[in-house]
Amino acid sequence: MAKLDSQLFQIDALDELASGDSIFHNLDPRAKLVTTLVYIGTVVSFGKYEVSALIPFAIYPLVLISVGGLPFFYLAERVLLVAPFAFFIGILNPFFDQTIMIHLGSFSLSGGWISFFSIMLRFLLTVGSALVLIALTGFHAVCMGLEKLGVPRPFVVQLLFLYRYLFVLIDEASRIIRAKSLRTFNSRGTKIGTFGSILGHLLLRTMDRAQRIHLAMCCRGFDGHVRLICPLKIGWKEMVFVLGWVLLFFSMRFYHISEHLGLMIMGNIL
Amino acid sequence: MSHHIVEAKDLYFSYPDGTKAVKGISFRITHGESVAVVGANGAGKSTLLQHLNGYLIPSKGELRIGEVMLTRKNIYAIRRSVGMVFQDPDDQLFMPTVFDDVAFGPLNLGLSEEDVKVKVHQALETVGMLHVIKRPPYKLSGGEKRSVAIATVLAMSPDILVMDEPSSNLDPLARRRLIGLLKGFHHTKIIATHDLDMALELCERTIVIHDGRLTADSRTLDLFQNESLLAESGLEKPISMQGCHVCSGTAKQFQPCTTVNHTH
Repeated sequence: MAKLDSQLFQIDALDELASGDSIFHNLDPRAKLVTTLVYIGTVVSFGKYEVSALIPFAIYPLVLISVGGLPFFYLAERVLLVAPFAFFIGILNPFFDQTIMIHLGSFSLSGGWISFFSIMLRFLLTVGSALVLIALTGFHAVCMGLEKLGVPRPFVVQLLFLYRYLFVLIDEASRIIRAKSLRTFNSRGTKIGTFGSILGHLLLRTMDRAQRIHLAMCCRGFDGHVRLICPLKIGWKEMVFVLGWVLLFFSMRFYHISEHLGLMIMGNIL
Repeated sequence: MSHHIVEAKDLYFSYPDGTKAVKGISFRITHGESVAVVGANGAGKSTLLQHLNGYLIPSKGELRIGEVMLTRKNIYAIRRSVGMVFQDPDDQLFMPTVFDDVAFGPLNLGLSEEDVKVKVHQALETVGMLHVIKRPPYKLSGGEKRSVAIATVLAMSPDILVMDEPSSNLDPLARRRLIGLLKGFHHTKIIATHDLDMALELCERTIVIHDGRLTADSRTLDLFQNESLLAESGLEKPISMQGCHVCSGTAKQFQPCTTVNHTH
C-alpha cells in the first residue's frame, strides 16, 4: 500500500524537476522535443547487432542531466522500473539466434546475445532521454510543444488527460487498497470476488472524480486547448541546441566513434 | 449592476436515472448579497449549485445570471461571470504548479501573458498564498489548497462566487482564516454549507432546501432561531446560538463507564 503511495509521489517528482532553472530548462520545449525525437530516431536506426556504436549516444542524456542538475539515480531508477518490458522483448533472441559472432579466446558470443544487449542499450538510451526530456520540460509543456509542432489537438488532449487521470487513478486505488488491507489482517492475496469488486469500485470512483475535475476545467474556460506561460520563442539558443545536437547525432551515426577510438588506442599499443 | 443578479424560476432537475433532485425552486439573489444554501445531505444543494455555472441545465424552469438565460449556447458567458469553488480542492487543482493552476482560467479568457501574471499575483496575494506560487498544489496543506482553489477562481474576476462546502475538512484556525477572507470579498456570494456557524457570520440571508424543495428563504438570524424548521430540514441550531453549556452548568461531563465488567 505504502508502496503505491510512494510511487505516486515519485511520478509527481518529475514535474517538480521541470520547475528547475537551468539553461536547458529555459529552452523552448519544441527545441528539446525535436532534438530528442531525432535522437531516438537515430538510436533505433542502427542495425540489430550494433552495440559499440550506440555507447557514445549516452552523451546526450548525460549532458542534459548534468547541466540541468537532474538527479541521476532517481532517473536511472525510473528507467529500470520499466526495463522488464524491454528485457522480455529481447530475452528470446539468444535462443533463436545462436550463430556465434564474437570469439574472445575461449569465450564466444552468439548473435542472439548481441542483439539482446543492443535492444537493452537502445531501450536505456531512448527511455532515458524521454524521461530526461520530461524532467527538464514538464509533461504539459511537452504536450504544448507537440501541439505547436502540428500534432493533432485531439491526440495532445488525450495525452494530457491520460497524464492527469493517472494520478486520479493511483490516488483512488491507493485509498481502496488501504481500506482493504486494514481489514484483511494476515490473509495473503486477494480473492477473485474481492478483486473484481475493487476493480469495479475503482472504475466508478475514478469516473466520478474525473467528471468533477473535468467540470472544474470547464468552469475555468477549458476548450480543448491547454495554455501555459512558458518561453515559446525559437531564438539563437534553441537553434544552437538543435543544430549542435543533430549534427553530433548524425556524425556519430555515420562515423563510428567507438571503433575509431579503439583502433587509435590499439594502434598506439601495437 | 444587473449582471450580478441570480434568478431561478421554478427550477426542476432530474438525473438520467430518474432521481428528481430539484423540484421547483425559485429565488432571486441581488448584487452584493451573501446567501447561504443549507440543507441535509442529499437535499439537492450540490445539484442546485451545479446549475449556477451551467454544468447542469434545468429540465424545466429557467435560471438567469444577470441578463443571460442559462442555455447550452450561453454556458461560456455564464461561466465567465460565475466562479465556482469546489468542495474538494483536489478536484480543482490540476496543473503542475500553483502558478499554472491560477493562470489556467485567465489564459483561457484570452488575457495577455503580462496581464495573466498580474492577475495571478493579485489573486494569490488576496488569499495570502503568494509564497506557494512555485509549489506543486498536491504538496500543500488542506487550508492552503482551499485558499489556492479560491485564488484560481478570483483570478478570473468573477461577478458571483459560488462555493460548495468551503469550510469542510479545515482545521479551526484555517476555517477562521477562510471566514476572514470571505468577509473581505464584495462579490455576490452563494455558499452551500453544513457549517451553520459560518453561514451566520458570513451570510445575511439563508435558503433552506429539503428534499429538492425550497422550504425557507429569509434572514439568517431569524431562520436559525426557528428550531422546528431546522429539525424538519435535517439541521440543528448553530453552536454559537445554543448558549454555553459549560457556563450554564448544563454541560454533560464525560463519565467513565463503570457498570460493565471488563473481563479482558
